[in-house]
Amino acid sequence: MEPFNELTALVVPIDRANVDTDAIIPKQFLKSIHRTGFGPNLFDEWRYLDRGEPGRSCVGRPLNDAFALNQPRYRGAAILLARDNFGCGSSREHAPWALLDYGIRVIIAPSFADIFFNNCFKNGILPITLDGALVDRLLQETLATPGYTLTVDLEAEMVTTPDGEGLPFDVDPFRRHCLLHGLDDIGLTLQHLPEIEQYEQQRRQDAPWAFLVRDQQQQGVS
Amino acid sequence: MKPQNLFEKIWNAHVIRTDKDGTSLLYIDRHLVHEVTSPQAFEGLRLAGRTVRRPEATFAVPDHNVPTKQLEQGITDPIARLQVETLDANCRTFGVHQFGMGDIRQGVIHVMAPEQGIILPGLTVVCGDSHTATHGAFAALAFGIGTSEVEHVLATQTLPQTKPRTMRIQVDGVLGPGVSAKDVVLYMIGQIGTAGGTGHVMEFTGTAISELSMEGRLTLCNMAIEAGARAGLVAVDEKTIDYLRGRPMAPKGADWDLAVTAWQQLKADPGASYDRTLTFAAEQIAPQVTWGTSPEMTLPVDGRIPDPAAETDPVRRGSLEKALLYMGLQPGTAVQDIPLDVVFIGSCTNGRIEDLRLAAAQVAGKQVAKNIKQALVVPGTGLVKQQAEAEGLDRIFKEAGFEWRAPGCSMCLAMNADVLGPGDRCASTSNRNFEGRQGPGGRTHLVSPAMAAAAAVAGHFVDIR
Ligand code: SF4
Repeated sequence: MEPFNELTALVVPIDRANVDTDAIIPKQFLKSIHRTGFGPNLFDEWRYLDRGEPGRSCVGRPLNDAFALNQPRYRGAAILLARDNFGCGSSREHAPWALLDYGIRVIIAPSFADIFFNNCFKNGILPITLDGALVDRLLQETLATPGYTLTVDLEAEMVTTPDGEGLPFDVDPFRRHCLLHGLDDIGLTLQHLPEIEQYEQQRRQDAPWAFLVRDQQQQGVS
Repeated sequence: MKPQNLFEKIWNAHVIRTDKDGTSLLYIDRHLVHEVTSPQAFEGLRLAGRTVRRPEATFAVPDHNVPTKQLEQGITDPIARLQVETLDANCRTFGVHQFGMGDIRQGVIHVMAPEQGIILPGLTVVCGDSHTATHGAFAALAFGIGTSEVEHVLATQTLPQTKPRTMRIQVDGVLGPGVSAKDVVLYMIGQIGTAGGTGHVMEFTGTAISELSMEGRLTLCNMAIEAGARAGLVAVDEKTIDYLRGRPMAPKGADWDLAVTAWQQLKADPGASYDRTLTFAAEQIAPQVTWGTSPEMTLPVDGRIPDPAAETDPVRRGSLEKALLYMGLQPGTAVQDIPLDVVFIGSCTNGRIEDLRLAAAQVAGKQVAKNIKQALVVPGTGLVKQQAEAEGLDRIFKEAGFEWRAPGCSMCLAMNADVLGPGDRCASTSNRNFEGRQGPGGRTHLVSPAMAAAAAVAGHFVDIR
């Protein structure tokens, strides 16, 4: 995973609440067995006027000019500004994969759906929760100011506006650590293997019934 | 000792270690895997040279992409076929047990797992699928995860987690005739909103919940995720134990007795506390019909489409206007005056035998209305299908003009050939009414199985009370 430390980038606004993962990456793209290549289909149904299909190039497809991602002023944006409950719905990690593949590294919203929020951290995307009124103001400023950028500093847990105003945010320390160093959590967990094994042994004694699946399978019921 | 709620009991029994910052490493007892969210996880294992730590605790089934008719032709969509074949290959390579295509037990993962007795009270259960919450019906802590986490569980049988908060949803009283678990959960989401449960595990309590069958409790917990909750839970009682007795993967003999003794503890202690408690009266709950593009946009069947002009909050007004436009509805229209094009009965929310029985009761001896272009019944698994056929339900549906299909997710998310056309209006027993969920431009109204079946006969929604 790519580490995330500090970033100054153009901001793109998605000015609606409850943006679900189906909207972020429509289901037909879930048939892929890869992690990359979803960027051109990010927000496919809002971004294009026709229906996208996996494996079909997006070059030359008719664009919905009203959609922010298609407006030249937001080209190259790496910070996405959104409203409440961003990323709700399906657990598909294809949603953060598509955002990342497009180039988004930070999402700022008043609230996020839990699974999506988690998935972002696993993919080097920083989701930042800021107060609703503040997000509202940032949205207004973004819409009013072509070329609007924000600076995000994860180490300092601070978003800075072009006027130099600092907006502090909070990130769970473990996630912050992993993101700052680009750490793979599987490797981290495996450092605790002896504890996992010990737990497993103890639980086999306390709750043997929880471990019976293999026996049942071997009895020929599968 | 401090009284514990149900979530705390299960959580505490699974914490391997807790770091200073509060992140706990949680042991995972069962891992369910399907074709859509797993290929990248297995690929990750392969790249890192890792194995599946407990293949015997991991169960796979293809469901999202599988066709529900002309199965003899196999999967004709080459991209979907590749995904299903990738699951086959990964299960073989890593020694994971799969209920593959052609197995009578194959079907929607969240219908298959309880049916096989894979889900037991007090276990932790995960799956790369948000509707894993379903299994909380058995007092199992079950939640959906992303693909990176799928890989993490495959490799380690654990997950780092921060402890969620708890929310108690108490529903007391007696549900009226024609009111089902689906209506209870839609009503609850309508009250608290799709983000109302964010960061929480919901425990459902109260007399109306204990009266629900296991099937009903599965429906209820299934949609806890639509209220934003991490998981749903219902305490163990006799119904839980009766359901599990004799299931293929459930404990047997002396192990069974030991298990039952342990399971009987799986309810909140008297005086246990929760971060939040909400109380609803069962008598307040009418059959529900969602009208918009979010499960919280729900109405009683005798309601009328809301008017955005009455909404003072501009963001909410904007959402209402967008939803009305997408759904092609006018403010003030009576729910029962909305004509339908398609009816879908199935999914992990309502694809179990009891659901099919309730739906069949509404259509027996009747005909699907002329304006309905397609009416589909998709049993949750091959075993549900077999049982329904043994009871003659398939004949009732077919004689009424329904199509009787093979199991899978089907039109719940329309990844296979079962798709709404643009503008098609569907009464669906599934769980999500997002834009395009059942096909681009398709319009979804979420309802219970009995409401969907009655709507198929009438051609529009009807009050089944
Ligand atoms: S039936 Fe629908 S909600 Fe359930 S697992 Fe399948 S696609 Fe997901």
